[in-house]
Parts: sequence; C-alpha cells; structure tokens
Amino acid sequence: MSILLTQFRRDLLVAMRNRSDAASPLVFFALAVLLLGLGTGADALGESAPGTVWILALFANVLAMESVFRRDGEDGTLEQMLIHARPLFVAVLGKLAAHWVLSSLPVVLLSPLAAYLLHGSLVGIEVLALSLLLGTPTLTLIGAIGAALTVGTGQGGLLLSILVMPFYVPVLIFGASASTAAAGGETAFALLWLAALLAASATAAPFAVGKALAIGQDY
Amino acid sequence: MAEKLACTVGGRRLFRDLDLVVKAGDLVEIRGSNGSGKSTLLRCLAGLLEPQAGRVERRVDMDYLGHKLGVSARMTPLENVRWLVGLRGEKAAAAALDAALSRLGVGAARHDLCGTLSAGQQRRAALARLLVCQTELWLLDEPLTALDDAGSTLVRELVADHRADGGAVVCATHRALSSPAGGSASSSLPATRIVTLGP
Repeated sequence: MSILLTQFRRDLLVAMRNRSDAASPLVFFALAVLLLGLGTGADALGESAPGTVWILALFANVLAMESVFRRDGEDGTLEQMLIHARPLFVAVLGKLAAHWVLSSLPVVLLSPLAAYLLHGSLVGIEVLALSLLLGTPTLTLIGAIGAALTVGTGQGGLLLSILVMPFYVPVLIFGASASTAAAGGETAFALLWLAALLAASATAAPFAVGKALAIGQDY
Repeated sequence: MAEKLACTVGGRRLFRDLDLVVKAGDLVEIRGSNGSGKSTLLRCLAGLLEPQAGRVERRVDMDYLGHKLGVSARMTPLENVRWLVGLRGEKAAAAALDAALSRLGVGAARHDLCGTLSAGQQRRAALARLLVCQTELWLLDEPLTALDDAGSTLVRELVADHRADGGAVVCATHRALSSPAGGSASSSLPATRIVTLGP
C-alpha cells in the first residue's frame, strides 16, 4: 500500500509542476463540448448528448494516454521503477490511479455540465456521470497496456489509438447505452457490465502493463 | 553471474559466449570502443534487456545507473531519492537521505528542482541513491560522465567503500575506477578485473 501511495503522490507532484501537460485532456474535452454545442443545433444533438459526451471522454482519455509513460521513459525514471519497485504491479497501479485522477476525473466531474451544454435531457444525468466514473478507469487501465508497449518505439500517437481502440469499444457501448437508457428507465444492466469490466481490468491490467513495460525496454 | 551471453542489436552481433562471475568485493570494469556493447551488456545484467542466448542469474539485489539518470527534472534531489526508497517499500530516515546527498555534494541543492541543476549535479543526485538503497551489486554505466575531478575521486571512494563492505561493482568505463594505488582500503580488496569487448 505504501508503494502504491509513493508512486501516486510522486506522479501527482510531477504533474502539478507541469500543469499545462496535466490540463490538456480537460481543455480538449471542454473545447470540443463548446464547439459541438455551438456548431450543432439543439434538435440534432438532444437525444445523442450522452453518447457524444462519452465519445469525447474516450478521446480525451486516448489523448492523455500517450503521455503516461513518455516523460518517465525519457528521463530513465521508468527504468528505475522497473528495477526497484517490489512488486512492480503495485507501483503501476499507483501510477495509473494518479493518471486517471489527473486526466479523467475532471472529465467525469464536468460531464453533467457538458451534457447540459449539448442540449441533453437533465433526466438521468447522474447515470451519465456514474457510467463515466465506472468506465473511464477501465479505459485508462486498458490504454496503459498499449502505451507501455509503444513507449520504446518513440512514436505513440496513432499507433496507440489503433492498438487500443478495439478494446475501448465494449466500454463505450455499455457506457453510452446506460446513459441513453437513463431517460427511459432500465440502466442497471449496462452499469453492472461496466463495473464488471472495471473489476476485471483492474485485476489483470497492472500485471500486463508491468510485463509490457519490461518488453518495451528491449530496443 | 552470467553465462554464455550473446546479444545482437539492430542485426549487429555485439558479443557472444561471454561468461562473467561477480563475487562480493569484486570490481569488474568493462572496456571497449564506442559501440562495442558495454551499455548493452550492463542492461542485460540489470535484466532490462533479454539476451538472445545464455542467461543471467542474480542472487542479490542490484542498482543500475545508466545513461538515463533516472532523475526526474521536475523533482528535487531529495524527492527523487525518497521516491525510489519508497518504491522499494523501505523507510529511510530524513537524516540518512540528507547525509547521502551531502556526501555527494548536492546537500545544499537538495530542495532545488533537478531541471535547474547542472549535468554533473544531476549525476551526483543520481549517485546518491546508491548510498541510500544499499544494494549489494552496483551496475554503473560511465559513472564519471559530466563529473569534475573531485566528483570522479568521490566515485572512486564510493566504489572502494562499497567493495570493502562486501558489495560488488560492474562498471562500463573508459577511465579506471579502482582507487589510487596505496590506499588503505584497496589493499585488502581483490584486484580489478577488466573485461574487454569488441574486436
């Protein structure tokens, strides 16, 4: 537990000293919502607002994912983490938790406002936030496997999106369907699926990320 | 201990059938021209790189200092060292961290961001973790880079002290790392071994 907290605090500290990096996913999300709200009419958006918020949250996540290991890979602190962290998956979990808090938690908190700006119905707006709260950590956990594999290649961006996008799809489908159905009633099914996906990825992904980081050192 | 190591990087065979046994108190210097595979060998020994053939067996805990220092520019020397100790699940007294940083000559700069320090100071901050983590085996890749004369002498002292304490050092370097002859500490230590790579 202390290893997890050590890595968690360290990553928050580094991010706070580099605010422009840390804020970029949120800025992207806010700008996209504003522009969509301005550029499209209320009739066109209305019903699809929850789905739109979900897609934007997903893109914000992918954009942030690229940088999760990049700086550490450049200055060698990633190597040190691989060498010294015992066990490694705990440190990885701490790192990903910090990354989620920085990149996705603000998006989750802003999502009700975003849905409102996109002319969405206010009914079920809490389900949208809840589905994002359950879904975005899964995105971060899965995306980190891809980011760990591409960190050694030095060209994350496009490769990473292509690599992880297929695995993001189930999360997007359950998330969007939960929030869209919220206006109608039955949402528990999709939310439970999101929770199950989160539990599965939180269990498996830290090990996979650790292994992928070790492989990524082979260049 | 390494056995029949072979490594190929980008299609070039760097070394093969390389055997190396390192015991407590040993200092092994890896020599060779640029591109002969010194860093690759160290990364293999550290477990960061998978050799194409052979195996590396490590019975003790080790520390690795490579070309990338492993010091975050956005943290102070003190925070960098403390983070690493925390990752190992250990607790270090603040006094011990300060003492290590002071010995390396970055005690006064321990609260400055590493990004504002010079290359030599950053390396000194990185070397401080060797003292704090206290692993048996040190794998050092060109540890004297960017260091001034006093810094180089200091590293030689650290290596000699570490060997006297029963530690071992494997080091890629172009400049001899063993203590100046006649030192009291060095007399009881095994002779430096030199492994030369390349044609």
